[in-house]
Amino acid sequence: MSLSPLLLQWNYVFVIGLMMIGFYTVIARGNLIKKMVGLNIFQTSVFMLYISMGKIKGGTAPILTGDATTIYSNPLPHVLILTAIVVGVATTAVGYALIIRVRETYGTIEEDEIIAAINAQDGQSSEDVS
Amino acid sequence: MLAHSPILQIIIPLLAAPLIVLIRKRDLAWIIALAATAISFLISARLFLQVSASGAPIVYEIGAWAAPIGIVYVIDATNALVMPLIAGIAFVVTLCCRNLIEKEIDARDHTLFFAAWMLTIAGMLGQVATNDAFNVFVFLEISSLSAYALVAVGAGRDPRALPAALNYLILGTIGATFYVIGIGLLYMLTGTLNMGDLAARLPEIGDTHTGFAALAFIALGLFLKIALFPLHFWLTPAYSYAPSAVSALMAATATKVSVYVLIRILFGVFGLDFPGMGEVGTVLLWLGVVGAFAGTLAAIWETDLKRLFAQSSIAQLGYMAMGMGLMSSAGLAASFIHLVNHALMKGAIFLALGGLAAQIGRVTLTSISGIGRQAPLTVAALLFGGLALIGVPLTAGFISKLYLIRAQLDQHAFVIAFLTVISSVLALVYVWKIIEAAYMRERPKQAPHVSESPAMWVGAWILVLATLYFGVQAEGLVDAAHQAAENLMGESQ
Repeated sequence: MSLSPLLLQWNYVFVIGLMMIGFYTVIARGNLIKKMVGLNIFQTSVFMLYISMGKIKGGTAPILTGDATTIYSNPLPHVLILTAIVVGVATTAVGYALIIRVRETYGTIEEDEIIAAINAQDGQSSEDVS
Repeated sequence: MLAHSPILQIIIPLLAAPLIVLIRKRDLAWIIALAATAISFLISARLFLQVSASGAPIVYEIGAWAAPIGIVYVIDATNALVMPLIAGIAFVVTLCCRNLIEKEIDARDHTLFFAAWMLTIAGMLGQVATNDAFNVFVFLEISSLSAYALVAVGAGRDPRALPAALNYLILGTIGATFYVIGIGLLYMLTGTLNMGDLAARLPEIGDTHTGFAALAFIALGLFLKIALFPLHFWLTPAYSYAPSAVSALMAATATKVSVYVLIRILFGVFGLDFPGMGEVGTVLLWLGVVGAFAGTLAAIWETDLKRLFAQSSIAQLGYMAMGMGLMSSAGLAASFIHLVNHALMKGAIFLALGGLAAQIGRVTLTSISGIGRQAPLTVAALLFGGLALIGVPLTAGFISKLYLIRAQLDQHAFVIAFLTVISSVLALVYVWKIIEAAYMRERPKQAPHVSESPAMWVGAWILVLATLYFGVQAEGLVDAAHQAAENLMGESQ
């Protein structure tokens, strides 16, 4: 398996690297804020995927210059990613708001401590007194 | 005005949300929500009648930009069936949940609650109506973000709603991001995002690693959204700890819309001949079987009724996945029939549970002891919903199981058909536990006395009557579902 395709398309290697770092952080870290950061890194890698695929060789920013011979990069991925960035920001905002509420309710932002607290509560109230 | 109806049914709920926030009155908020969902339902029902009468899809170009440059909404036999379902259930739940919302949610939050409510409904309708793959993602996120917030509102009663909402957020975002990666790969291959254009271009150039990877990413992202085993762990906590009105709305609509999107992308864009579709079908089929058993067995062990019926939802979604996995027109039609019927059944069940919860707090097998005598109509609605889940004849659940098993036998999937029957019969166990608790035990003296008021059972009974109607007079639904399936399979061949 030759190495040159990997070196020529290093942007995709970069994207995959970021994606896996972000995804691993979401899964492997118990701290809720670290999970959100991992989610952000994961989403950012997807932005990089779209934007790097839109670049045309010799292309400049997709803003009309009036010069007929200008080569422009593809503007559509840029537009899609603006939408996706907004979605990412909204998700992060909702996520952090929920983390603040979790901290207020359970006093911790570590996932295993929260699960332990929930199980303790469940154990106490497992039989409803009706 | 009528020419714009495909977009109006989405714009009106979408605009209702900021309107509700600007007009800061609680009572007006409910009236605006009711009016918006009613108008959406009327528009989507009219579109359904138009499309089934003429047989031709209605194409609406947003801003008069033609496809494939512009975003186009296409109302064809497939989504004309799903849209009135979503809008109709949204209307019924909004109509009947007012006292539930008053009881369970802090009065200061009502305007924001209804705003998020309208956003999630608008997002769901948008996902169904659109014919642009990235537009699906936009509306998916609109609907999901509002849903995370709606689930978290349940923290007023049960603090476990907060970790549940956070878990739902993380997993839902991962699913949506996988979908976006897949769409990006498809865009790289074809240069278009319009679903019709993609379907036309993919057969020639799709046989590459990129196309296969795109299918894998999109399928996986949507599997998470339809709570296919083993990606279903977010569903039970989110549905059980959310406020009752939110559980009723989401259990009946949210996953159905994702099932529709998966069907549309797999069969309408990729098509049966795309490399990798066979594997996707096998995965759907077998994970559907496992999900059906996992959900039913988990439900048998549950004592909290909301958790029980949430686990049962996982099983029902497994049946829909099985219908898709058969990769045949009959299987798809069975999935559509079950999609409609499950929405009605689960809506009825969760509305009945909400009515009970308003009076007795946590609805568990012990807290409903003997409640059948004090709240007969509400528990009867629950009973009929449960019978429909098992698939007793005369209920809509029987029709969907019948067509599913027929489609399986058509494909010679005898083992799968046998397993479907077994898991349906197993559902009898948890329905019996509820019947026994509600009707055959004495109500303990210290239990809260339940006084039944129509507000408890009106919503549930509307949906139960719909279930019974479709159980007896099934031809209309079955025909519409077959048209919906053939519309997609015909395009791909």
